Amino acid sequence: MSNDTTTPGGFLGWIDYRFPLTKVWNEHLAQYYAPKNLNAWSFFGSLALLALVIQILTGIWLAMNYKPAAADAFASVEYIMRDVNWGWLIRYMHSTGASAFFIVIYLHMFRALLWGSYRKPRELLWIIGLVIYLAMMATAFFGYLLPWGQMSYWGAQVIVNLFAAVPGIGEDLSVWVRGDYVISDTTLNRFFAFHFLLPFLLAALVFVHIVALHKVGSNNPDGIEIKAKKDANGIPLDGIPFHPYYTVKDIVGVVVFLAIFSAIVFFAPDLGGLFLEAPNFQPADPLKTPEHIAPVWYFTPYYAMLRAVPPMFGSQFPGVVVMFGAIIIMFFLPWLDRSPVKSMRYKGQLSKIALGIFAVSFVVLAYLGLQPASDLGTFFARVFTVLYFLFFLLMPIYTKLEATKPVPERVTK
Amino acid sequence: MRKLLLASLFLLVPALAPAAGGGVPLEDADIDLKDQASLQRGAGYYVNYCMGCHSLGYMRYNRLAADLGIDDATLRQSLIFTGAKPGDLMVSTMNPVSAEKWFGTAVPDLTLATRWRNPDWVYSYLKGFYADPSRPLGVNNLVFPNVGMPHVLAGLQGLAQPKFEEHKGPDGAPVKTVVGVEPAQGGTMTAEQYDAFARDLTNFLTYVGEPIKLERQRLGIWVLLFLAVLFVAAYFLKKEYWKDVH
Repeated sequence: MSNDTTTPGGFLGWIDYRFPLTKVWNEHLAQYYAPKNLNAWSFFGSLALLALVIQILTGIWLAMNYKPAAADAFASVEYIMRDVNWGWLIRYMHSTGASAFFIVIYLHMFRALLWGSYRKPRELLWIIGLVIYLAMMATAFFGYLLPWGQMSYWGAQVIVNLFAAVPGIGEDLSVWVRGDYVISDTTLNRFFAFHFLLPFLLAALVFVHIVALHKVGSNNPDGIEIKAKKDANGIPLDGIPFHPYYTVKDIVGVVVFLAIFSAIVFFAPDLGGLFLEAPNFQPADPLKTPEHIAPVWYFTPYYAMLRAVPPMFGSQFPGVVVMFGAIIIMFFLPWLDRSPVKSMRYKGQLSKIALGIFAVSFVVLAYLGLQPASDLGTFFARVFTVLYFLFFLLMPIYTKLEATKPVPERVTK
Repeated sequence: MRKLLLASLFLLVPALAPAAGGGVPLEDADIDLKDQASLQRGAGYYVNYCMGCHSLGYMRYNRLAADLGIDDATLRQSLIFTGAKPGDLMVSTMNPVSAEKWFGTAVPDLTLATRWRNPDWVYSYLKGFYADPSRPLGVNNLVFPNVGMPHVLAGLQGLAQPKFEEHKGPDGAPVKTVVGVEPAQGGTMTAEQYDAFARDLTNFLTYVGEPIKLERQRLGIWVLLFLAVLFVAAYFLKKEYWKDVH
């Protein structure tokens, strides 16, 4: 790509002789050609990176005053909130940042569904993305225990007990995860260790994700390959350099994101109990179970599925399988989609309806997972769990059946 | 596409937590964190009537004094009774082990009471005590049924008799439930005075729940204004760069 053979002199030349700085800059920014028709959906990739950076930076500063011990954890969070200079801001940025990260990632993933960004040649890109999503969920789960409030404690208790449902080795497995028979000081200590470690793994995975993206090139709303049409210099006709075009464009997205983020941080950091749950303002009490235990909103679609599956053979294990299956099935998406076109723009009605039902199912399940269990709630959770899976399982059929629209040669506005 | 954006907005809508514990509607505390006089009175009431048992274990005396405009001499004279230093946390001197023995339950720290409950709950709780001979301490509470706490403020409020409503239970037998209280009798305060007292106390506890709240909102306005300006700059920068992309 870089046939720019003039080596700069001076300090940059000195560096370039020893490290491919100019080459890397060109390959990934100044001469990385992205489709010129990317719309607002493409903001969420750079926003996800921003969210990760916010979480890592605020997290490191929180760790400077946080104490990962059962006796001190809750008080140390309040110490950060009250006595540490700007501690309240760092803490609210971190707690809001967790939810913001998931909102951005869910929209980023939905974008992939809209544009068919999981299709050949981006299967591996999609799979790496899902591994990132899994690492994110693990990080969030470990982190949620750290404030050592009532919801932290009992939420972790419920989730770790899922391991106990595994036939045969379950009990031992859950004790191994906790390091104790109940969630305790030991558990908190190791969860802190993992919560600190995983973000760096996450950053490494993001690097791999971007390397894979730059190998295959960015998809676009039309779902066509811009590399198929190149000019005499080998530059895609519909491509524009990522820098400066998309750097200046993404800055607009970043400012809008920061405005919404700041509005929550400064004016509604608990967001009515959704981002910071009321029971978490009470220190963990192993002897007092809260009336209603629910995970944070970004886990509730899966939690609703877990509760929707009735116990079979006296075991909750089938529910656990369904819950994890809901994520595992996403890995097969590149091979379930049999449509001759990638983008939703050129797919038929069936695909559009299916995607609509899928999105609604996800949101409804998230809502149901937040509510206390009820007969009506369980009924709806079952219906929408089935619909969630049918989106994937029927995909080879409806994407094959429907009539698609003709795909243009070049990208459209 | 628009549908999902709309749907994802749903996730942002606050889930309305069930407000009351005992199924009695809560009274509006009508708090005002900018009312410093009310917060100062509330602080006085708290150290006099509540702190014998309930710590504010994450709150420091001098932070409170600085935020509420109380000078050092007044702080030492009228707010610190435990021999604590101004920089100390507001911890009750009661022995928690004997307290648990006396009341049958641990006495909660109230620093964050308005955050795991809410201000209206605290206000309604303070006004919700009524006579109930079936309870060990002779009192019960509308919003916190079978509470272990005695009615410490009975000297001020007096004691209220419960109002009952009779309805058929699941087995057909009549069941009596408490739906409210009669006006309290025998206190040193009038009903209005006690309401104002409970409001000041609630206001103070709401401040203690998050001392930074007003400052956070004040700063937030400036942050959003800055971002609005930055947005305009970013938007025109993007437009400038993109004008030759067709």
